[in-house]
Formats: sequence, C-alpha cells, structure tokens
Amino acid sequence: MQLTAEQQALLNGEKGEIMAKIVKTLVMYGDSFGAERMVPVSSKYGHTVISFGLKVMSPVYDLYDQLIQAGLPQGQKFTADPRPLDKNVPASFLDNFVFTKLMYTQQERYEEQLNKLGITGEDAYTCACYLDQVGNKPEKGEVLSWAESSAVIYANSVLGARCNRNSGILELMGSIAGFVPEFGLLTDEGRKASWVVEVRCKNRPEAQLLGSAIGMKVMEEVPYIKGMGPWLGTELDGAACAYLKDMGAAAASNGAVGLYHVEGLTPEAKEQGESLIAEGAQVYVIDDNELERVKASYPVIWKNPNAKPQLAFVGCPHMSLQQLRDWTDAVTAGLKASGRKKVAIPTVFTAPTAVIREFEKEDRAAALKEAGVVLSYICPLMYMNNPLCKSKAVVTSSNKLRTYTSARYYTEAEILDMITGKEGGK
Amino acid sequence: MRQFKGRVVVPGTCTAEALVSRGGFNTLASYQMALMFGDKEVKCGDQNNPDLYKKPMLGKALCLPMTIGSTTGGMVLYTACALNKQPACMLFSMPIDSLAASGAILGAVWTEGKMPVVDSLGEEFLEYVQTGMTVTVGPDGTVTV
Repeated sequence: MQLTAEQQALLNGEKGEIMAKIVKTLVMYGDSFGAERMVPVSSKYGHTVISFGLKVMSPVYDLYDQLIQAGLPQGQKFTADPRPLDKNVPASFLDNFVFTKLMYTQQERYEEQLNKLGITGEDAYTCACYLDQVGNKPEKGEVLSWAESSAVIYANSVLGARCNRNSGILELMGSIAGFVPEFGLLTDEGRKASWVVEVRCKNRPEAQLLGSAIGMKVMEEVPYIKGMGPWLGTELDGAACAYLKDMGAAAASNGAVGLYHVEGLTPEAKEQGESLIAEGAQVYVIDDNELERVKASYPVIWKNPNAKPQLAFVGCPHMSLQQLRDWTDAVTAGLKASGRKKVAIPTVFTAPTAVIREFEKEDRAAALKEAGVVLSYICPLMYMNNPLCKSKAVVTSSNKLRTYTSARYYTEAEILDMITGKEGGK
Repeated sequence: MRQFKGRVVVPGTCTAEALVSRGGFNTLASYQMALMFGDKEVKCGDQNNPDLYKKPMLGKALCLPMTIGSTTGGMVLYTACALNKQPACMLFSMPIDSLAASGAILGAVWTEGKMPVVDSLGEEFLEYVQTGMTVTVGPDGTVTV
C-alpha cells in the first residue's frame, strides 16, 4: 500500500506507539484486500456497533483505555448502537440480577469511555442512526468508517454512501485516524452486482423474509434486485425506506450483504441502471414458494416448540416514526376487532430515543400506552443475550433477532394477530 | 494426505484437528454465549450452522468458506484472541471477508493470542477436509490435511 508521508510518519510512531498500532491495523486490513491507498473519511459522523459494557468483552474496554490514555487527537464524533438495558422492558428479578450483576457490569465504564472518545450525545444510541430525527445521515458518495451491519447496508444502498462492512473497534480506529483503506464497497468496481435477484411474488414480499432469502443466497456479494416496482415505487419515501431498512438488516445478518441495488429506486440503480450488473452475474428467482421454503427452514430452538408466546419484540432494527405510527394504528384496530383493550402478550416496540420523543408528541403515543405496549430505546438483541431468555418463548418480526437469539420469527401480520389476540393467532 | 496452498493473512504455524463449516461462519452467533458464560470448550452457539452447532471450537483448525453476520464479528474474534479462546487457526476456502480480517488482525496486532490465518485455499480444500482430520499450517500458507 502506498501511504502518504503523513500516514507513514504515523505508522513510524510520530504520534506515539498506540497511534502507530492503529495505523498498522488499518494497513494490514487494507493489505488483506489489496488496497493501494488510504482515503479520507469524509462523513461528518462515525457510527460504532459497540454500545454494550459486557463483562466478557473487558479486553475491548481495556484496549479503549489505551486509546484514551494515549491522548490521541479526537477523531470524528460518532453515534452508537442501542443501549442494552431499559428498566421499562419487562424483566424478572432474576433477569435484572443477571443483567446488572453478571452481564453488563462494564456498562458505566464503557459509556464513560464513549463520552471521552466523542459520542454525539444521549440521543446517539440507536442502530438506525441515519433516521432524520437522529441526524447521522451521510450524503451520497461520502466515505464512512462505520460498523453495524444494518446501518452499513442502509448507508451504502439507500443513501449511496461508501462504507465497507467494518468490524467493531476497527471502525473507531478509522474515525480516529481519519482515513480508511480503499477497497471493496469503497470502489466503483466493488459496488457492481454479481447477482440479479428477480422477485416474482404475487403479493408484496415480507421485507425481513425477502432480505433473509437474499442474504442466504448471495452471502457477501452485491445483488441487483428487480421486480419490486409494484410495491416500492420509484421514490425513496418513508414507506420505501422503512421497507429497505428491514430488508437490508435481514440480508446483512442472514448473509453478509453490505450493499444492494433496487431497480429504479436506490440512487445508483436510478443513475446507472443495469450497467451496475457485472458480466456473468448469477440469477436468483424469488417467488412466494421460495419465501415459504426459506421461512420453513428456520430452526425453532425453544425448549417447548409449542409454548405460548411470552414476549414479543418489534423493531430490530429500530423503527422509524412512520413505522411506529403504522404499528400503533394496526394494534389499535386489531384490539378493537378482537374486543380487547390490552395486548394479549407483553409487547415491546423499539425505536431511537429521538424518534420516541417525536412520537410522544402525538395522540397515538397515549393509544399505544393504553394498549399496554412498552416503547423502548433498548437493543432487543442485547436483551436476549440473557441466557434466561433461552427458556422464554419470545416472538419477533425481526429476522436479525431470530438469527442471533432464540427468538422465533413470524411475519408482521402473524405478530399482529398474536399480540392483539386475534382468534387463530398463534 | 493432501496439500493446499493459500495466502497468509496472519502468519504462523500450527497443527490441530479440523472443524469444518460448509456454510458461512456467523462469528457473533457462534461465540456470544460461549464467551459470555465462560464455556471452557467454547462450543458453537449458532443454531443456523448444523455443521458446528454445539461443537467445541477451542483449539480447533476452523475450516470455513467465510464469516457472515453482525459487524461485531471482528470484535468478538479479537476478544476470543485476548482471552485465549480462539481457534488454533482459521483456514478460509475463499478470500477472507472484512469482518474476519478485522478480528484476525486486531488479534495479531493488539493481543498475544496466536491464530494463524490463511485464505484463498480453494473450494477443493473445503470439499476434501472433514471434521476430525489433522491439519498442519506451514509458514508460507501451505495447509496439509
């Protein structure tokens, strides 16, 4: 890799041993992918995937202590993934004991570190940092040093920014150094599609199921998705963005997709059309049967597969304001139809703090509370890291949450039926 | 006995028993429970990986196509290295992915944990190697099964 004189000086230790190790890490990272140079991080803010002070991750916080103690020049400010704890989310005495005494014992320490390293503020904790209310929304073409698979794929695909699927820790090092190695999704060539996905469903495919199917098939490659026009249109409005957010999160977690293009909709597909498709691209046809096959392939790891659901999570990744509104209306209507006043099973909707604040200005917030739904900024995935959850029958419409925990996946309509107690709901 | 030639990502040598994942290795899903609760054998917790689910990973030659899933993957691998709970080596049939590379490099630069990493060993390597076989990694990226 060709380094500038300034970068070489950093590598040689001009600004200390720790900075030299940061640059060495970035250089080795770039060398692994044949990067020929570093490029400046040009976004206003970074985003870190690490938001949790887990006892077992102490080596990470020890490393961050080294960064802070070295008095490194402040890199760009950043947002972070959602916090793992919220006392409003249903938890037993034992759950809380495990959370606070065994698992998240490093939370306070870590949040102090984040303050020193440059987190943007109290509203910073969300995986959906790119939502308007949160304000970490990069411009098309900007180079990012982000981690969080669902945020990276959204920034690349929907916003047209440029970011590799960086790991936690490494993303912060890029933010501190102010440069990242140029390879993969940072290059025009790396953004070409090596798969064409032809969607031939009769009805609008479930976003989290479609993303899962795509992720499992194309793995880390770039898909160019056709056939979504009837459902998503040609404008990136709130509904389309929410759909793409959820589809992308599933593709990124069920596979390793960092970028997708949607014909006639996402920025690069609109500009460049099928010239984005690489020569020899493979084709994957998705119809209703294929989605059913994918859904049926998910293992159920509940201790009792026939257990009655005990908890429902909706909002992984965090919900947008419009999604909160839509879900609230659907729950209200569903409860009315089933003659109930409150949800049939404990239910948690998750969204960024800044979105929740906006939502609480609306009458719907009172209706949602009346229905007994808990609205939280928590990370459901971190909540479910609790081993006690293994014996809990948790249901979710999130394919990401399903992938990493014992939560069982259902479509949004199925979840709605369950939580509103509709006859025949599982 | 067969030899395969790959590219050295993190240098080193070792001999260990192979543990083979035919599909993508989800680092977070595989490690999170084992690390969190101090599983001495570091058993794989990824329910979606029938090749590895519930099998011990500690000290094994982890043979895989690539890693998939959350971008905490590299951090998780780094933590495994820092706690000396890493595989003996990681052997990729495909070119290494960005999360695995991050974790392996963070482990190499910032910890004492030794975990040689070789990639681009080819599809034939993953077709040939079976869980339980003995694998030796040479300094030049040669892998003997």
